[in-house]
Amino acid sequence: MRSLVPILIAALIYACLTLVVSNSYYQLMLTLVLVWASFGLAWNIQSGYTGLVSFGHAAFFGLGAYTTALGQIYFDLTPWLLIPIAAVIGGVSGLLIGFPTFRLRGHYFALAMLAYPLAMLYVFEWLGFQELTLPIKRDAPLAYMQFSDPRLYTLVALAMLLAIVLITRAVERSRFGMALLAIKQNEAAAEAAGIDALAWKLRSIVLSGAIAGAVGAFYAVVLLVVTPPSVFGMLVSAQALTVAMFGGVGTVWGPLIGAVILIPVGEILNAELGARIPGIQGVIYGLAIIVVILVAPEGVFWTLRDRLRRGARTAAAMTPELSAPAAPLAPADTRPAGQPRKPPSGEILLSVKGLSKSFGGLKAVQDVSFDVHRGMILGIIGPNGAGKTTLFNLLNGFLPPSSGEVVFDGRNMVGCRPHVLCKAGVGRTFQIMRPFPRMSVRDNVRVGAYVQAANEQEAHHLAADAVNRVGLSPVADKMAAELTTKELRLMEIARALAGKPRLLLLDETLAGLGHGEADEVTAIVQRLARDGMTVAIIEHTMQSMVRLVDRFLVLDHGAVLADGEPEQVTRDPRVIEAYLGKKWVAHAQA
Amino acid sequence: MTSQVVENVLQALVAGLLAGAIYGLMCVGLGLIFGVMRVINFAQGDFMMLGMYAAYYLFLSAGIQDVFGNIIGPYVAILLSGPLLFLFGYAIHRFLISRVTGRRTAQLEGEGHFAQLILTLGVALVLQNGGLIVFGSVLASIRTPLSSSAWEIGPLWGDFISIFVNKSRGIAALISIVAMALLAVLITRTRIGKSLRASADNPVAATYMGIDIDRSYRIAFGLGAAVTAVAGGLLATNYPFHPYIGIDYVIVMYAGVVLGGMGSIIGAFWGGMTIGLVQQLSTLVLPTQLQNAAIFVVFLLIVFLRPQGFFGRMVERT
Repeated sequence: MRSLVPILIAALIYACLTLVVSNSYYQLMLTLVLVWASFGLAWNIQSGYTGLVSFGHAAFFGLGAYTTALGQIYFDLTPWLLIPIAAVIGGVSGLLIGFPTFRLRGHYFALAMLAYPLAMLYVFEWLGFQELTLPIKRDAPLAYMQFSDPRLYTLVALAMLLAIVLITRAVERSRFGMALLAIKQNEAAAEAAGIDALAWKLRSIVLSGAIAGAVGAFYAVVLLVVTPPSVFGMLVSAQALTVAMFGGVGTVWGPLIGAVILIPVGEILNAELGARIPGIQGVIYGLAIIVVILVAPEGVFWTLRDRLRRGARTAAAMTPELSAPAAPLAPADTRPAGQPRKPPSGEILLSVKGLSKSFGGLKAVQDVSFDVHRGMILGIIGPNGAGKTTLFNLLNGFLPPSSGEVVFDGRNMVGCRPHVLCKAGVGRTFQIMRPFPRMSVRDNVRVGAYVQAANEQEAHHLAADAVNRVGLSPVADKMAAELTTKELRLMEIARALAGKPRLLLLDETLAGLGHGEADEVTAIVQRLARDGMTVAIIEHTMQSMVRLVDRFLVLDHGAVLADGEPEQVTRDPRVIEAYLGKKWVAHAQA
Repeated sequence: MTSQVVENVLQALVAGLLAGAIYGLMCVGLGLIFGVMRVINFAQGDFMMLGMYAAYYLFLSAGIQDVFGNIIGPYVAILLSGPLLFLFGYAIHRFLISRVTGRRTAQLEGEGHFAQLILTLGVALVLQNGGLIVFGSVLASIRTPLSSSAWEIGPLWGDFISIFVNKSRGIAALISIVAMALLAVLITRTRIGKSLRASADNPVAATYMGIDIDRSYRIAFGLGAAVTAVAGGLLATNYPFHPYIGIDYVIVMYAGVVLGGMGSIIGAFWGGMTIGLVQQLSTLVLPTQLQNAAIFVVFLLIVFLRPQGFFGRMVERT
């Protein structure tokens, strides 16, 4: 709650300013700053946090504005009621628009969103709503939100903005916000960590559309006149985008800063020079945007913050380094290497039957069958291009198999999406690491915990526990982007562990590690297995694996080449041939 | 009765083809920029607007009218606006866009897409409003005596049907097609064109092959601006224009580029052609105000059903 103080102070100052200003033009400007800040925040909830840029928020804004106008003209309803109705309409249209549109990515999403408000613009013009004027209610002005004192509009807008700020912050701090940020930073990793990306994206666009609808409804009340270009037009969408990007995307402060700076500049220019030089507002506005993007491409907020932090860091560097070097990793496994573990006895956890996948003519995985018993470590090895990662992608739902079955814990999981498999107990890491780079280690891992955690507290505990199990507690507060390869590998394991998986799929976890580092990671994997975790690990070098695994599955050209105990597999002539070529077979057997 | 319907359909078809050829050229300009650099350029419509005014002033004030007369003059002015806009686009890329694309943006959020978007939005705002200051808000047009006369095709089908082709629209469409063909030769046959395509396909590999991608990008941006500007000039011989006209057409252009498949130059032309046809044919069944709504609906349908466009290549992961 401490962090609420600056926002409340800012609101209070703004309220005082409102009461002092008597000029009705400047008062309108004060109201509009809040309106566009609110709209920027609505945009931010969808585009800022998920990273899917929308050029179409005018659709929600316009629908909201027309809700008030038509509701008041045809049904004589009050805006006090129409604004919530507009929010509902905005939310529903968010769902209707989001559902098909989220299938698109990147530029396609942005461009498709552009089409919605513009199509609506023409439809509303065609319907004959070129210019609607809200009826003046002289008998009951308050009941119809028609204040004689313009300061009241500003205060209502301020209350609305505060509410939106609180909603945004609640989103930001909850699993909602974490899920969106995770999706933005790496959608595949988020899905593998148990996040239902589509569901969260839909929630964000519904919330965003609802807020935008309410803001549009209020805008109509303030201006009293609604025309299709003024509420559905491209400039409306651009306004949301501009204030948010100018101020900084993905933070509650961004749209606020953007609106406070840009809206008055534009309006004042328009008032002072607009009559003599029409368009000067737009020119200056455009120039301001260009300059800011060149100087601070991530927006004012992030640039200032980074600069302040850097300043703080240099200051800290001046004082002697006090913090001890990072504590060594938790003690490695004490079991002497090479000593056979108790043979995995448990029942079958994962059973793969006749699994195949082809991409066009290429058979990446052909008729692969194997079983994984509870508590065992299965090593999946094979030369580059053998189909190992494709096999994992089939197991955790990134790819649908062309044929075959994946039976996990008695259920056939073929066709399930990654987050469903994650919830069922399949955790995985990636060969090419997929951290959420702008989150701390703890938060990265926390994203993985949500799939099992009922609340924030439990997620926190699960994450802390997982971080501890891989020995990353000393660096838990570092940003993922600052970690070494080894730490990233461990963090990915922790992220998978936080979801309490029963089967852990590790994809080349030892790749790119030095000898000592690989041993540390190996020790951690062994410890996990001893604690009862079932592990399947991919590697293309056999050497590091021989001591680690209970059983090997060797793939070559997508098919199973050998399946058995390590001693047996390493002597198999076919395996040696696949790895070293024919002439080594005789050599190895000699 | 039926012959009337057939005549209307044929007339709309012809109108669609004529408009489509110009839209096609316009889309090719954007397709070059979008396809090569993957930058969403909001200012493309305003480049077109600049092209219109450039042709307008070249024709009226730079003496072209006196030298070439009223019939040939406009087209000379339009073609000359191309090089002007090439320089303009080249400079915009050199001094603005290049700062937020390429290597420098790798560490930015969303690989700098946010920055590119808002930068071109800023450029668009400056151009539109600057246009208003410089050119004024009065509708302008490049008048040619040809726009009030037509060729008659027909009578066909036993004297019942005849189609009229407005001369200036017909010539504009022809010039578009010739320009498109020249551009296709440039892209497929010349060294510059090859380096553009290489930079589009795989910027990193292109660098290893000794191609200066920044230069390729600048050329693509300039060329894209020039091509769209010429298309704008051709449009201006038939429709009046104003400084804010860019916004209307930037959507048409994106629709066309996506329809044709991003990265495909010829695809962008057919995409634009499709937009022209949809727009004109929709007038047969829809009220005129819904013409543009029809474009957006078709655009959305295509994006959902076939996001790689008509001509886009499916890139299959292996």
